[in-house]
Amino acid sequence: MRDLTLAWRRRSDVFTSVIFFVIVASLFPLGIGPEGKLLLAIGPGVVWVAALLASMLALSRLFAADYADGTLEQMLIGAAPLPVVVIAKVIAHWIAANLPLVLIAPLLGLQYGLPADALLVLALALALGTPSLSLIGAIGAALTLGLRGGGVLLALLVLPLYAPVLILGSLAVEAVGAGLSAQPYLLLLAALSVAALSLAPWAAAAALRISYE
Amino acid sequence: MSSASPQAAVPVFNWFKYASPQTFFPLAGALAPWFAAIAAVLCVAGLYIGFFVAPTDAQQGESYRIIFIHVPAAWMSMLIYLAMAFWAGVGLAFNTRLSGMMATALAPTGAWFTFIALWTGALWGKPTWGTWWVWDARLTSELLLLFLYFGFMALQAAIDDPRRADKAGAVLALVGVINIPIIYFSVQWWNTLHQGSSVSLKSAPTMAMTMLTGMLVMVFAAWAYAIAAALWRVRCIILERERRSDWVRAYLGTAR
Amino acid sequence: MNWGSVSEFLAMGGKGLYVWGSYGVAFAVIALEIGLLVMRRHAAGKDQ
Repeated sequence: MRDLTLAWRRRSDVFTSVIFFVIVASLFPLGIGPEGKLLLAIGPGVVWVAALLASMLALSRLFAADYADGTLEQMLIGAAPLPVVVIAKVIAHWIAANLPLVLIAPLLGLQYGLPADALLVLALALALGTPSLSLIGAIGAALTLGLRGGGVLLALLVLPLYAPVLILGSLAVEAVGAGLSAQPYLLLLAALSVAALSLAPWAAAAALRISYE
Repeated sequence: MSSASPQAAVPVFNWFKYASPQTFFPLAGALAPWFAAIAAVLCVAGLYIGFFVAPTDAQQGESYRIIFIHVPAAWMSMLIYLAMAFWAGVGLAFNTRLSGMMATALAPTGAWFTFIALWTGALWGKPTWGTWWVWDARLTSELLLLFLYFGFMALQAAIDDPRRADKAGAVLALVGVINIPIIYFSVQWWNTLHQGSSVSLKSAPTMAMTMLTGMLVMVFAAWAYAIAAALWRVRCIILERERRSDWVRAYLGTAR
Repeated sequence: MNWGSVSEFLAMGGKGLYVWGSYGVAFAVIALEIGLLVMRRHAAGKDQ
């Protein structure tokens, strides 16, 4: 799709959010100390928080370029229903900004000494949970389109709404560490993503229309 | 809090007659002092019951008396968010200007109540559980609720055009209201799984009748106060937004 | 009647700091909100 090729052309952006993710997750051991047990305990949470922040930072780019060059305005009056356009853009954004995070997360988990099965669950949980982050984030990005102080405002709007995903995602990884099944958490993460998919595109489309009034 | 609506208060009149800011303005001005007076009377009565009639709690001693402010504030914080989302939804659905103003007017009061609930919760927690803050499901949800209020107000403050601010805020409030139960249940689940850090709040002692009465009286006082504050604020918002209209000029001209 | 004297009332069984800290801040917040509302109303009524 067009958005994907565009993202490929701006691959330095993708690179930046991945590097950001890696740096944030690597700073925690520096601040806390290299004790293996402690790192193991905080690892899932830290990787999730870092992924949350990296995913959020990329959000401001979701509509910004199209807003600046007027493409978005054409989409608003175009033939394709706006929620569908939003879904397409969110998918492209997810592949460009979140899929790399999913792939690199197990490496970061290694830094925290997570066992192999936990690493797998971490990647799986991120893969199931990050779509809802992108979808919820799309609402925030659409609401803050073209506003002053948009970046910080976006964080304020979106981060409280990310809390359930963060909780379920870290619980999934911790469950493996405690010898329990991660399945219920993964299913709930998937359920959240499905729920977000069924509601968020419409909310984001409404927000885009409001931004253009 | 639909009782803030003109229909509930003055059932004889047609809803749409009061849906315009111009006609609602004097009505809000007439109703607000009544609600404020009711709030003051109930507050005095509730505090009297709370401090002089209700007995000392067998387990917690006197510190339980914080309940008379804490529980009403916590209830109002959630109720006001619901009312805000309700008005926001009405505003989006019927495109009425007044509904958006009501939502905007409710937000600061809701945020203050959320703050009071958190503050009194901390001061209650210290003597009761020995710590200012527990990552309890209710406290954590309340904190996230405060962030939701902040987000709503910050978004509206960042948008210059009031119509756009109303609508953007409405979308956010509705998204937030869908998320509140999800947040609550996920936090509760998270809390029960991290047993180590949690203190059980479920062992609340059975309340004496007078305690319950005092608390409910205070709940109604908080309710009346929230309505009064929202009506006053909506009057300010109407004046600020309709500054250029003839009726506001005439009103301000005669008022001075 | 729960309290024998005013000082007993203020002490709240040794928990006075917490009880009065709660009520004090709560009513200070409400007073602040009312004050802000009055100022806002004043400002809205003044400049055209």
